[in-house]
Amino acid sequence: MRDLGGTWELWVVIAGLAIGSFTFRFLFLGLMGGRALSPWLLRHLRYTAVGIIPALVTPLVIWPSVTEGTTEPARLSTAIVTIVIGVLTKNVIYAILAGATTLAVVLASLG
Amino acid sequence: MSSTTPKSLFWLGARDSTPFIFVAGPFGVLFGVLAAEAGLSIVEVLTFSATVFAGAAQFTALQLMQEEAPTIIVLISALAVNLRVAMYSASLTPYLGAAPMWQRALMAFILVDQSYALSVVKFETEPQLSIRERVIYYFGTSSIITPLWFIATYVGATAGRAIPESWALDFALPIAFIAMIGPMLRTPAHRVAAVVACLASTAAAGMPYNLGLIVAGLLGMIAGAQAELWFERRRAVDR
Repeated sequence: MRDLGGTWELWVVIAGLAIGSFTFRFLFLGLMGGRALSPWLLRHLRYTAVGIIPALVTPLVIWPSVTEGTTEPARLSTAIVTIVIGVLTKNVIYAILAGATTLAVVLASLG
Repeated sequence: MSSTTPKSLFWLGARDSTPFIFVAGPFGVLFGVLAAEAGLSIVEVLTFSATVFAGAAQFTALQLMQEEAPTIIVLISALAVNLRVAMYSASLTPYLGAAPMWQRALMAFILVDQSYALSVVKFETEPQLSIRERVIYYFGTSSIITPLWFIATYVGATAGRAIPESWALDFALPIAFIAMIGPMLRTPAHRVAAVVACLASTAAAGMPYNLGLIVAGLLGMIAGAQAELWFERRRAVDR
């Protein structure tokens, strides 16, 4: 894994995210007063996180970094268990625990 | 009329937030562990958590920096994950917009999923609350979660250095991301957005500079918005 400590990129990312996140949070509450947002914008804002996070994670599941991009059964089955438990329980922590357990068990049984 | 005192409203907010301790605590620890694994010093990890204060965005930035994505892509993606707080800010404005500027700035800084979700329900169900009472309740909902996020990150960053190499931590971040998706799939439109984003991200995986992520994320977002309109129209026809 790449060592990110002490790099200028890290500090640019921290500063950029700090400023950007606060801007988003302050935008309406602090600056825009009670003005209403366009329904078009609100409708797209609703689906940003649910668009970006699956797009980020899918390639990591299909082509994991440890195997340098070959689909691997332990990580694939872990992903499936995690999403199924997440959908069924609607609980992030249960899904993480189920996923971590699956990965440990399958990796141990594959040797 | 509300019979509760300001002081009890603060404690009520704090008490209402307690179920979220079991989400924010482990999540903060996990961020600390993975950030330490990625080589961040304690000071870097704590600055990250204290100034950005947004779990999913912090995880996104960490993952993309490890993939050596260009800094601009890291920023765009992590901020996109956090765009929903702009929506929270907009929806709280009718209730909190009349508070003094310094209070609004402070409330904006600590605005996260938990403080939003608890407060908006409270303000909707108890419209008789004064602006001062609303502000007090809002700060109550954040009084545990905000310091907890910081402390949990610190604990994780310290413990992260002691975790053996043999643990398959390469997949801890993907597990955290996948776990976040489940509770997001609240409506059919959210499910459409997620499926389109998954498919598009595999098709666009070959694009340079991690642009595939931005393209797939945008397609997912547009698909979700269009699906929402489609489902609304269909309900209108059925009626």
